[in-house]
Amino acid sequence: MTTDMLGKSVKRVEDRRLITGGGRYVDDIKLQSMAYCAILRSPYAHANIRSIDTSAAKAMPGVLDVMVGTDIPYNPLPLAWPAGGSAGLQNNVNTPRALATDSVKWTGEGVAAVIAETPEQAFDALEAIVVDYEPLPTVVDAEKATQPGAPQLHENAPNNIVFDWTVGDKAGTDAAVDAAEVVVRQRIVNQRLIPNPMETRGDIGLYNPGTDEYTIWMSSQTPHIQRILLAIFVMGIPEHKLRCISPDVGGAFGTKIFCYADYVVVLHASKRLGGRAVKWIESRRENYQSTIHGRDHITYLEIAGSKQGEISAVRVKTYANLGGRLSTIGPGIPTTLYARVLSGCYKIPNVFAEVIGVYTNTVFVDAYRGAGRPEATYVIERAMDLFANEIGMDPAELRRRNFIAPDKFPYENPSGLGTASGGAKIYIDSGNYEPAMDKALAMAGYAGMDKAKAEARRRGKYLGVGLSTYIEVCGVAPSKWIGAVGEGWGAAMWESANIKVHLTGKVVVTMGTQPQGQGHETTYAQVIGHELGIPMEDIVVQHSDTQGTPMGYGSYGSRTSSVGSTAAIRAAAKIREKARRYAAHMLEASVEDIEVDGAEYRVKGSPDKKKTFQEIAFALDLAFDAPEGMEPYLDETAYYDTPNCTWPFGTHVAIVEVDEATGHVDLVKYVAVDDVGNKINPMIVDGQLHGGIAQGVGQALWEGAVYGDDGQLLSGSMLDYAMPRAAWFPHLELDETVTPSPVNPIGVKGVGEAGAIASTAAVANAVNDALKPFGIRHLDMPLTSQAVWKAMQSSKGAQA
Amino acid sequence: MAAHLSVTVNGTVREADVEPRRLLVQLIREDFDLTGTHVGCDTSQCGACTVHVDGKAVKSCTMLAVQADGSDVTTIEGMASAEGLHPLQTAFWEHHGLQCGFCTPGMIMTAAALLASNPDPTDDEIRHAIAGNFCRCTGYQNIVIAIRAAAAAMRAGSTAGAAS
Repeated sequence: MTTDMLGKSVKRVEDRRLITGGGRYVDDIKLQSMAYCAILRSPYAHANIRSIDTSAAKAMPGVLDVMVGTDIPYNPLPLAWPAGGSAGLQNNVNTPRALATDSVKWTGEGVAAVIAETPEQAFDALEAIVVDYEPLPTVVDAEKATQPGAPQLHENAPNNIVFDWTVGDKAGTDAAVDAAEVVVRQRIVNQRLIPNPMETRGDIGLYNPGTDEYTIWMSSQTPHIQRILLAIFVMGIPEHKLRCISPDVGGAFGTKIFCYADYVVVLHASKRLGGRAVKWIESRRENYQSTIHGRDHITYLEIAGSKQGEISAVRVKTYANLGGRLSTIGPGIPTTLYARVLSGCYKIPNVFAEVIGVYTNTVFVDAYRGAGRPEATYVIERAMDLFANEIGMDPAELRRRNFIAPDKFPYENPSGLGTASGGAKIYIDSGNYEPAMDKALAMAGYAGMDKAKAEARRRGKYLGVGLSTYIEVCGVAPSKWIGAVGEGWGAAMWESANIKVHLTGKVVVTMGTQPQGQGHETTYAQVIGHELGIPMEDIVVQHSDTQGTPMGYGSYGSRTSSVGSTAAIRAAAKIREKARRYAAHMLEASVEDIEVDGAEYRVKGSPDKKKTFQEIAFALDLAFDAPEGMEPYLDETAYYDTPNCTWPFGTHVAIVEVDEATGHVDLVKYVAVDDVGNKINPMIVDGQLHGGIAQGVGQALWEGAVYGDDGQLLSGSMLDYAMPRAAWFPHLELDETVTPSPVNPIGVKGVGEAGAIASTAAVANAVNDALKPFGIRHLDMPLTSQAVWKAMQSSKGAQA
Repeated sequence: MAAHLSVTVNGTVREADVEPRRLLVQLIREDFDLTGTHVGCDTSQCGACTVHVDGKAVKSCTMLAVQADGSDVTTIEGMASAEGLHPLQTAFWEHHGLQCGFCTPGMIMTAAALLASNPDPTDDEIRHAIAGNFCRCTGYQNIVIAIRAAAAAMRAGSTAGAAS
């Protein structure tokens, strides 16, 4: 009997190659006669390009080609997700070109590309290109950019506004705020972050003049989507003439979802060179200037309710900085994925949000781990603490009173998840929030916090405790919802799996999803091993190549375990059904009489009349004795569109100590109780939570992209950006509750983003709690020693 | 003007003619095709390129190739032996000390240097020792657990070796 590995902490299949130096990332690939590309980037954040002189560069040793924007005849990059959902909403769209043609909108926008025999020759030649810029005034702050007199970036976007989008019942919310006993207002900044996957981006373009086909190796989360976007929307080449391959991807966190200019540059360069492969590898500094950033919201929050702690309304106005031009789904993040989940896990009856998307002279902003949901969670979780403080109630108690009750699911929230036209709605599928909170509070020793605070004071420390009771939306989303709401890729969101069973019963699975470190080769093998009753070792899982994997929409939005696994389960069911039919033929029984137990197919009531999966595969592959009408071979594909999203939740508790003398914040304890439903591999789930929590803590305490008013990225290298280090974290304490999702057959929900969604608010709430004795109500992130010390000093000054 | 150099890499003598500006990490990756050593930044912050040079952990982007002339270099590809994986490799695998795997080779090389000088480090000592190696996936938690487990395995191994 094969051991069923579903739900077990199995060691990862992919690790042997990764721990021995055998990983194959895009920069590890060398092709015959490969040339190298380097991109010249604008030193100005806003300028007109008067002229570009490439003659000296073209004469440099080893230089094969120099391209400027006008050498590349394709369309600008596509915008796949405009802000949508309300009739007549205008999106003022500007997206980048492969290389800028007449103006640059941020420092780092590409203006020319050199292709040379070696990377060094390409970089040397960049210095010989002369660009005559006409510098223009700059604006980097989203709120300021909308004000009269601000520098204007685009003719079609007055006041730099991309869209002015609303969701929720304005009249009802206004009335509820007006009528409330207590209204708390706060301006909250969710600062810009640089995502920092450890592998930067990179790509290799290869044009084959003999077949007129293009191939691109790319560090991407979405090779299939890139094939569609590049072929159809940018280059206008037949869709079947472009092949996209993602080799091992060294982390992504959202940044590698998108359609980037360099893809077009290397493909076009290869064609111009008659089919020589062209490699471009992004340096870290370029990564900071040419790959998307995350977050960057300014929010005016109002939360209203009674003195007894019944929250009646939340109203927000958010300025979302989208950068100098739009990234692929930039507008979708602060609209659908933010405002539509603003009410979180609470039964708040009235919610209204206005979101203004704004152009500034900065790098484009798009999905970074959590994408909109961390921003929403931060707003609502800070709001709950601010309201609790205002009415003098314990923050945990306020949350308890406002949780959606476990018998109210499926729950349609008021901020618009279910308000799509055309009948397609999504609901919060399940939840049971109190047990998770109670468990976390017990683990954190919440009841003893007053004593701990007093004890800390004797050591010159101010102790603070913070909660975050979050929900997540995973799997985004049913295609019909995206279509009906007019929000989304302008594309479907289903997933796919193909299973082939070879002669000896060994199984090759190809998936439409695309891992970036999550361990899909392991978890899919666990799922399919369970479904077919065969050992994981008999299964190999492949992905990453549009030629050879079924069409799929890739991995982001914590969607793979829910949507991808269900596709895999359905493909396995088809395999099982065909094997059962053939077993009936082999055993001379009727199909109805064949029962399947793991890999054994036997006749009911005659336990010794049986065939193994391997015997069936062998016979069906040879097909010497296949019955009339049955195709040889076991090879099945399933495409699966989820009926709903899945909704993880949980409570995170952070305990911090603030040093009175220096303002230094020490995260001394971190407790997380997460409910991600059933788990395919608990070890991998914990790993996802650890990493997500660390990224969220990084935002709360240290990280922030900083622009000067002139649009120069001051945090422009790893030397300047506060990448979290090992010594800055305590040991994270994890536990769980398990509420299986009803949406998919194995009851999983998704976990890739949960940690990052929850942790920022927990830590920020803890620091603000610690600073209460100073009369500080709210301090914006990152809560660095300097920021905290300054706040404490000005508070002391005010009190003196 | 190319410079000739000779380096022992993972026990094998390798020679190359390189530009004086060539970095050790480029020598390893581009000239010797050992692509397990990674480049994650351009300011010597991330540690993904960490190798051993004459037994010391070195960020190979901070050294010119010509400076390594005559040295003994070990990369991640040289850590496993005929007997099997290095205890750190085993422990990283066992304890899920890696996700995307990009930082892993450098992390293992740094950890190996730590354990060579401190066979029984505390968690705090481990966290400080890997301060020059960034990981964005794991939150470092399972890396710390893996290094502690490898230290225990190596101590047990050396005790067993001494006893036999």
